[in-house]
Amino acid sequence: MSGRASFSSLSLWRERLFGTPFTGFVTVVLLLAIGWVAVPLIRWALIDATWRGTTRADCAAGGACWVFIRARFGQFMYGLYPVDQRWRVDIAGIAFVLGIAAVVLAPQRLRLKLGLAMLVVLPPLGIWLLSGGFGLRYVETREWGGLMLTLFISIYASLIAIPLGILFALGRQSELRVIRLISVIFIEFWRGVPIIAVIFLASLLLPLIMPGGIDIDRLARAVIGLGFVIAAYMAEAVRGGLQALPKGQREAATALGLTYWKATGLIVLPQALRISLPAMTNEFIALIKNTTLVLVVSILDLLGIAQASLADPNWVGMNMEAYAFSGAIYWLICFALSRWSRSLESRRRL
Amino acid sequence: MNLLAFINDKRVRDWFYQIAVVVLLVGLTVFFVRNASENMLKAGIASGFGFLWRTSGIEVPFVLTGYTQADNILALFWVGVANTMLVTVIAIVLATLLGFVVGIARLSSIWLVSAIAGAYIEFVRNIPLLFFVLFWYFGVIAALPAPRQSLSVFGVAFLNNRGLTIPLPDGMENLRIAGWIILACVLAYAAFHLWARKRQERTGLHAPTLRVGLVLLLAIPLLTLAWAVLATRWDVPALRGFNYRGGFVVIPEFVALLAALVTYTAGFIAEIVRGGIQSVSHGQIEAGSALGLRSGQVLRLVTIPQALRVMIPPLTNQYLNVLKNSSFGAAIAYPDVVSLFMGSALNNTGQAIEIIAMTLAVYLVIGLAVSALMNWYNARIALVTR
Repeated sequence: MSGRASFSSLSLWRERLFGTPFTGFVTVVLLLAIGWVAVPLIRWALIDATWRGTTRADCAAGGACWVFIRARFGQFMYGLYPVDQRWRVDIAGIAFVLGIAAVVLAPQRLRLKLGLAMLVVLPPLGIWLLSGGFGLRYVETREWGGLMLTLFISIYASLIAIPLGILFALGRQSELRVIRLISVIFIEFWRGVPIIAVIFLASLLLPLIMPGGIDIDRLARAVIGLGFVIAAYMAEAVRGGLQALPKGQREAATALGLTYWKATGLIVLPQALRISLPAMTNEFIALIKNTTLVLVVSILDLLGIAQASLADPNWVGMNMEAYAFSGAIYWLICFALSRWSRSLESRRRL
Repeated sequence: MNLLAFINDKRVRDWFYQIAVVVLLVGLTVFFVRNASENMLKAGIASGFGFLWRTSGIEVPFVLTGYTQADNILALFWVGVANTMLVTVIAIVLATLLGFVVGIARLSSIWLVSAIAGAYIEFVRNIPLLFFVLFWYFGVIAALPAPRQSLSVFGVAFLNNRGLTIPLPDGMENLRIAGWIILACVLAYAAFHLWARKRQERTGLHAPTLRVGLVLLLAIPLLTLAWAVLATRWDVPALRGFNYRGGFVVIPEFVALLAALVTYTAGFIAEIVRGGIQSVSHGQIEAGSALGLRSGQVLRLVTIPQALRVMIPPLTNQYLNVLKNSSFGAAIAYPDVVSLFMGSALNNTGQAIEIIAMTLAVYLVIGLAVSALMNWYNARIALVTR
């Protein structure tokens, strides 16, 4: 039985790769080209690579020097966060994962309440754990960095972006002309300007428009700036869901005597958000990728710390190792999320 | 009783909410503006656009206009805008070409071709653009050989770690004439095409569009261009000492930013192309051939027009993204409008609000013009519901 299955899959592959003479010719040429690229790459990354050791001198084989990544691993993950305090970051991460798992696994009728409770409890808890106070040592945001900072910025910026985005998406659909105009201006303004300019803008203007004496943390400025831009993109993602929902849904809710906000909260949004979820996930992926731009105001997220590590005089010429490692992490996170978003979409289509 | 009816009147309530929102927004704006003017007064910064006429004193390594350090800050602004536009336009053209190739390869019947295209798309789309910018700049261009060991491109252009040196024409006379001739050919072809279509609708007669097109759009332009290139004296770069002299140096920042924008955007355009072509149902193609159209005609008259309808809105979005993403050059100090004006000029003058407003206006003016056009187009082709 299994022999036959493997035979048929073998013939399937033969058909795919060498179905016609022309296909076979193209396949052979392409395989040669792949080999020409892949063989040196694999030699560099695996065969000639150095895995064990502690210093630059250990890397004599000519291949990749993964010792560098090993020596720098802590920095890539936590930035300059004090080593003896890193457990706080771990706990914050675990609390976040457990919180999401609890909401996903909870029975249907508890899910909404539990989700809202998590939304109220987790964000302040995370900030307390990371920055300190109330018995914990203060750790300045200057010392945060690496993958932890990438995730922190992405999550907290989307905590601003999602509610704001939903509000402006509703505003754009509103029958009140002034509200609609304000929403359109907000959305089109933030969608029209480059994110790098917004990060500059936030770091320069936020301190300027606050009453004298109030200083907003450098990292908070970047998070607020990113949050506003992504809110505009989220609003467009939510608008897609609102537009896909038949008008009859809101009309029926109004006919039942529900007020605008009750109809929105109980009838329209639960359905519209479900439709928008894949698009919103894609915006979240874009947010993770755009988090790298905080580099321009010298906040060192994962890519920033990789770039900064190239300046270390003890580790000259580690460009490829640093890029390969940080690029692989970004790719894994974004690829997993985009697969999830795609599966959500296909589930909806069925 | 009357009051109750008044309060519960929907129109009254609507107006009340809208006025409340406006009052809140105006209040916030006044609050922020007052703080800003107080803070600026304390820091001793004067507001206004007078600083634009001060001498800039900023040296720019890559200038398309005639700018020098002695010019004013407004001239610096235009240098930045020109550099932003240059990299945007070239990146859009190249990314569209690469994106179409990859998108069509994704639909290839040869499995390996489609698999490689798919791997490229998945690789590129899930990595930050800034990663590619840094990678091309610090990973690839910095690893190129020094000028003395340059990679030669047919002996006229030279690629090394200080950028790409290309020949420069000594006089523009012949090239300008060639440009006018080519423009005339294109206009003549457009007029001919219009006439041919009108005549076909009226009489059903076919005009030799293809042959005329080959002559007007390919043969004459190529001959004119060949004449112009040969008749012009070129300043070909040559190695003197440690670097190349003559020609025009395209700085490495430009090469790296362009390479990053093209490879990244092509992945997104490829998906749009694939989606557009797949959105045309197979029945359309069968119906086309049942009507007696040849396969080329089916592609030109049935598939492409319908695929384009699906493709143009997201494609326009991608082009706007390229415009905005060209600002990623600020991370490697490519002198675009963000790094030159929002970076250098702001540092020198401290006029944060004016400079930020002008920089954002560049993107908003171009972006809003394009997106207004797109919304109009979108509304025209949208399916009309009740």
